[in-house]
Amino acid sequence: MANSILDLNHINKVYNLGEPSEVAVLHDINLSITKGEFVAIIGPSGSGKSTLLNIIGLLDRPTSGQLRINGTDTKGLEDAELTRLRGHTIGFVFQYHYLISAFTALENVMMPLLVDHGFPTDKAEQRAVELIERVGLTKVGHNRSNNMSGGQQQRVAIARALAMNPDILLADEPTGNLDTESTKSIFSLMREVNRTNGTSILLITHNMDLAQQCDRIIKVVDGRIVVEQ
Amino acid sequence: MKRWLPFEWIAATRFLLDGKLQTLFIMVGISIGVGVIVFMSAMLTGLQANFIKRVLTSSAHIQILPPDQLARPQRNGLGETEDAIVQRPSQRLVSIDQWQKIRNQLETMPEIATVAPTASGSALAMRGDASRAITLTGVEPETYFNVVRIPDYIVDGQARLLSDDILIGIELAKDLGANLGDKLNVTTSTSGARVLTIVGLLDFGNKGANARNAYVSLRTAQSLLGMIGGVATLDLSVKDIYAADNIADHIQSSNDVIADSWIRTNAQFFTAIHAQNLTNMLIRLFVGLSVAFGIAAVLVVSVIQRSRDIGILRAMGTSRGQIMRLFLIQGGLLGFFGSLVGSAIGGFALIYWHATARQADGSELFPLIVDYQLFVWTAVLATFTGLLAAMAPALRAAKLDPVVAIRG
Ligand SMILES: Nc1ncnc2c1ncn2[C@@H]1O[C@H](COP(=O)(O)OP(=O)(O)OP(=O)(O)O)[C@@H](O)[C@H]1O
Ligand SMILES: [Mg+2]
Repeated sequence: MANSILDLNHINKVYNLGEPSEVAVLHDINLSITKGEFVAIIGPSGSGKSTLLNIIGLLDRPTSGQLRINGTDTKGLEDAELTRLRGHTIGFVFQYHYLISAFTALENVMMPLLVDHGFPTDKAEQRAVELIERVGLTKVGHNRSNNMSGGQQQRVAIARALAMNPDILLADEPTGNLDTESTKSIFSLMREVNRTNGTSILLITHNMDLAQQCDRIIKVVDGRIVVEQ
Repeated sequence: MKRWLPFEWIAATRFLLDGKLQTLFIMVGISIGVGVIVFMSAMLTGLQANFIKRVLTSSAHIQILPPDQLARPQRNGLGETEDAIVQRPSQRLVSIDQWQKIRNQLETMPEIATVAPTASGSALAMRGDASRAITLTGVEPETYFNVVRIPDYIVDGQARLLSDDILIGIELAKDLGANLGDKLNVTTSTSGARVLTIVGLLDFGNKGANARNAYVSLRTAQSLLGMIGGVATLDLSVKDIYAADNIADHIQSSNDVIADSWIRTNAQFFTAIHAQNLTNMLIRLFVGLSVAFGIAAVLVVSVIQRSRDIGILRAMGTSRGQIMRLFLIQGGLLGFFGSLVGSAIGGFALIYWHATARQADGSELFPLIVDYQLFVWTAVLATFTGLLAAMAPALRAAKLDPVVAIRG
């Protein structure tokens, strides 16, 4: 597994452990993703896809099991270290784009660099301009996010996720809220990023068409990986 | 984005500017609170400083008097009283016993600035048909003028006291129909009369004092009041006016005299000041508290409103510390800018009030004392209050679970 960017071994997730409302959501997940792979995650609602993605993205911790990112075991890491690792290696795109409305599109794209560096820099701004151009939004770059269409906002969100040039892009139903046209263009944007940057992508989707176009499909049912193809 | 501003400051200002109405309302709230505090504090300071200044330039810090004269019951023998009822004796004009010695001793005390002997008593001033009862005070100008600033009260003529000179209040001059340079006949019940020349007219800003007070040289008063070589009081000025009480106690305990400090003479005033300061402090405290809770309330709401923003910021690698600072800074900024606006409001209110609230004769009630330190301290305290108020919301924001925040 020399080439793998992600390794999950016997990952379990139980919510509200020890309480009456205890729910086991993930059961013994074993998964390994190679560099540059574009993986679709499918499965019925409530099967644990988002939970899995949040654990991979270091937003949530597994109840047990091992998660290695780029060979680093994340088990013993403190919150601050996890945050740093997350900022540097992982980019997120969510179903509801979640741009920060107090900032313009360009500033949103610049935000991860600003957070990482602490101060705005010319380089960061330069990079934001390039990314906005890459997602084809140069014209509306100075708009506030609430003055943009859903598809445009999702493009900005992808540009933002790429700001730190992450190894892994995690996308939780990024097209769930978009029409067919926008869905197509968002997907081809991700495919293009995957090809040119070599970014590994995990895409949760209910759209079988999209899933079919990925390198690999993982199906999750009731917290277990049932099919890998 | 400003290159020199750190991320937390950029985000904090953006969040504040983004929530326009909330920010505006809480700013108005803070400004009113700060304005009230500034206005009230400056007014009280002015009032008190003005009163203290008036007291201290028109009377001695400590006045030393001969001990009260007591009547002793006459006794026939041991335990046998002739007359059970003893009348209070009238107080004759007596000199302080061995005042020269006491004076020399007081002058060696480092905490005492000036020792001014005075001889005072009542007399009758006459000019032509007119006569008026006056309070005659004999002083040495070189010492006494350092205790009571007579030259400051001169409205005409000069503060000079040769042996035939007299300084009188303007009201007295009017009553006697006398002018600068006129001669007055001054007589006392004890010994004789002198003809004195009016060399200066005084205005103490008090009609009673202007109608009664007259100053002559110490020797002239001693001879008129029949107390050659003696003095009625020693008037002192001290270096630390608030130590006057202790110094007076010390003098009284080591000499057979009575020593009254200005603090004791104006005891009522000090009680009033005390009560004022306490009220002022309580008002400040409660205004400060309501401002603090106002800021906290607005920020708590803001944390809830922005929980998705916080979640996404955390997802992109923002640390808990950065989120915490982002909200603390908002509190601090609200406090700081609120205090600026509030200080301006308070300052303008003071100027307006000073310009419109006047005494009957149109002169100011008391001088406006606007110390820039008041504004500096207000700004510092308000900023600190803002930071403190932001503590709970900031902690809450920092503890937010990004998964929960993003799921909404
Ligand atoms: N914080 C939590 N506490 C308790 N249960 C939770 C929590 N988060 C998720 N769950 C439960 O875990 C299960 C899996 O949720 P998850 O969001 O991962 O599903 P999903 O596959 O992403 O579904 P969807 O396709 O609808 O997004 C659900 O039953 C959900 O109710
Ligand atoms: Mg989901």
